[in-house]
Amino acid sequence: MRKSLLALAAGFLLAGSISAASAADRLKVGFIYLGPIGDLGWTYQHDLGRQALVKELGDKIETTYLENVPEGPDAERSIEQLVRAGNKLIFTTSFGYMDPTLKVAKKYPNVHFEHATGYKRNPNMSTYSAKWFQGRYIQGLIAAKMSKSGVLGYIGSFPIPEVVSGINATMLAAQTINPNIKVKIIWANTWFDPGKEADAAKALIDQGADVIMQHTDSPAAMQIASERGKLAFGQDSEMIKFGPKTQLTSILDTWGPYYIERVKAELAGTWKSEDSWGGLDSHMFAMAPYTNMPDDVKKMAEDAQAAITAGKLHPFKCPMIGQDGKPVECKGGDHLDDGQILGMNFYVKGIDDKLPGK
Amino acid sequence: MELVEAIILSVLAASTPLLIAATGELVAERSGVLNLGVEGMMIVGAACGFAGAWLTGSILIGALFGIIAGMLMSLVFALMALGLAVNQVATGLALTILGVGISGLIGAGFVGERITPAAHLNLPVLTDIPLIGRVLFGEDGFVYFSVALIVGVGWFLYRTRAGLILRACGDNHVSAHALGYPVLRIRTLAVMFGGACAGLAGAYLPLAYTPFFIPGMTAGRGWIALALVVFSSWRPGRLVVGAYLFGAVTILQLHAQGWGVGIPSQFMSALPYLATVIVLILLSRARSGGSTAPAALGTVFVPDR
Repeated sequence: MRKSLLALAAGFLLAGSISAASAADRLKVGFIYLGPIGDLGWTYQHDLGRQALVKELGDKIETTYLENVPEGPDAERSIEQLVRAGNKLIFTTSFGYMDPTLKVAKKYPNVHFEHATGYKRNPNMSTYSAKWFQGRYIQGLIAAKMSKSGVLGYIGSFPIPEVVSGINATMLAAQTINPNIKVKIIWANTWFDPGKEADAAKALIDQGADVIMQHTDSPAAMQIASERGKLAFGQDSEMIKFGPKTQLTSILDTWGPYYIERVKAELAGTWKSEDSWGGLDSHMFAMAPYTNMPDDVKKMAEDAQAAITAGKLHPFKCPMIGQDGKPVECKGGDHLDDGQILGMNFYVKGIDDKLPGK
Repeated sequence: MELVEAIILSVLAASTPLLIAATGELVAERSGVLNLGVEGMMIVGAACGFAGAWLTGSILIGALFGIIAGMLMSLVFALMALGLAVNQVATGLALTILGVGISGLIGAGFVGERITPAAHLNLPVLTDIPLIGRVLFGEDGFVYFSVALIVGVGWFLYRTRAGLILRACGDNHVSAHALGYPVLRIRTLAVMFGGACAGLAGAYLPLAYTPFFIPGMTAGRGWIALALVVFSSWRPGRLVVGAYLFGAVTILQLHAQGWGVGIPSQFMSALPYLATVIVLILLSRARSGGSTAPAALGTVFVPDR
């Protein structure tokens, strides 16, 4: 409810600015954010991307953002506000904005839309996301090397393909180092509840995990791991501040280069509706510096990163054995194809937990 | 055994903010006022509590900031719902929205900052007793305070004249008024007590639970506190049981997942809420026996002068 109020307030501000923006023929670029830009995670990173864009193309463009926009009908209103305020390219940065974005896109064929992490497109609506599972594969290698107990702890948000593929990538990598590695999985059923994330980290550590991985958004788990003298990986952004001796690395969502590229295309008149699902090679995301590990582990991580970037190493290479002991159908030649990864709803062999809902 | 100890420690930490916030709301509701703005008061308490501790380096001052912030928020509520006799439900909801906004505003400058969390008690011999040592003698001050608070409130409500008058206001404000008691003044004080508790409960989060500030860190705990008051059928004793039960369910379901117990995590996350619904049903069925809600709860009182 707070979000709708803020969005509404922002909407009024925008409505006020329509009359003010008259002569400037700069390209107006709009952003819709899910959280506050101070969340230190998802929205924070999108806003860093926007700031990079402003730095690069400052005098040619004008950016506007609406933060705390809830997914659902309010999103539609907020997106439309941005259209009416004269924005010609609009980025909507959360999965739940998919249908509202499509609806507004159909209504305004002359405006271009970019939706993050969804799958529905239109001639004037692109989609973009990142292959974070590549980063999780590297983390799995590091975790298996660094774990003394042979038990990894994994805090999941929701059992959706993006999270499940992350768990599987971690596990497959860890098994190449230690075939008997165990991973304990706790679903928080929330993206953001620092207290609960901290409790989950405590539970995992109390049950013997000594490396904590998370797919939730706050630095709480990192902080608990730090308190208890364990190791952990950050999420979305740099979290080393919360665990100077704890963070091994972190997957950093670096949207800047993509935003710059797409806005440049828009300025040049070459913008086309496409689906961008970039990995380490396309700089859609990056890995934070490898810290708190011996040099040989660091070298292994860097080599793996280089191999993945060069396309020589695929986290989901075939043959791959599912949790049920049967080989997974291989649609992509020597690795799973994109559709299989984007819709992943099974665990790989070695995870002795049940996928919720299965 | 170490695991049992660790689990109990986690449960106590998870239950403490619920217990403090619910105790405050219990007093407010016993006086006849339904303040749904607990979440809003808590979240402002979290921001101000962190700000206070960060600026002064003192957890105690941070806690005081949280208490004062919660009281100020509750005064806004009292002005609207008691002074102007606006609908309490609507005012409470508005208070939550307002609180979330204010919290974000105050906290904006503190996002990502860290503080040293509240210290845990450490008594040389006692804390080292196996199993019970750390549980009983190794907590942070908030945990002990929360227990003292609910005991004090129980004593006040049932053993003092003032408590009797407060309950009378909640059960029949017309009679209480006719007997010459200042109903609105009493209710205002009760609401302010509720605000102070909610503010303190909010401050507990960044001061002891997860020692950093991020907008939205109460994550719905204010609503659980509200549910707890209903769960307890407005009785302090049951409130203690309820708060620790909620905390225990929250922590145990995380551990159950780690052990690989094959119950869907979504179901286990919903358990505390499910328990509340079941208690509500039981309460409404057993209406004939025992008291349920204060009779005047949520009703507007305008004294005829």
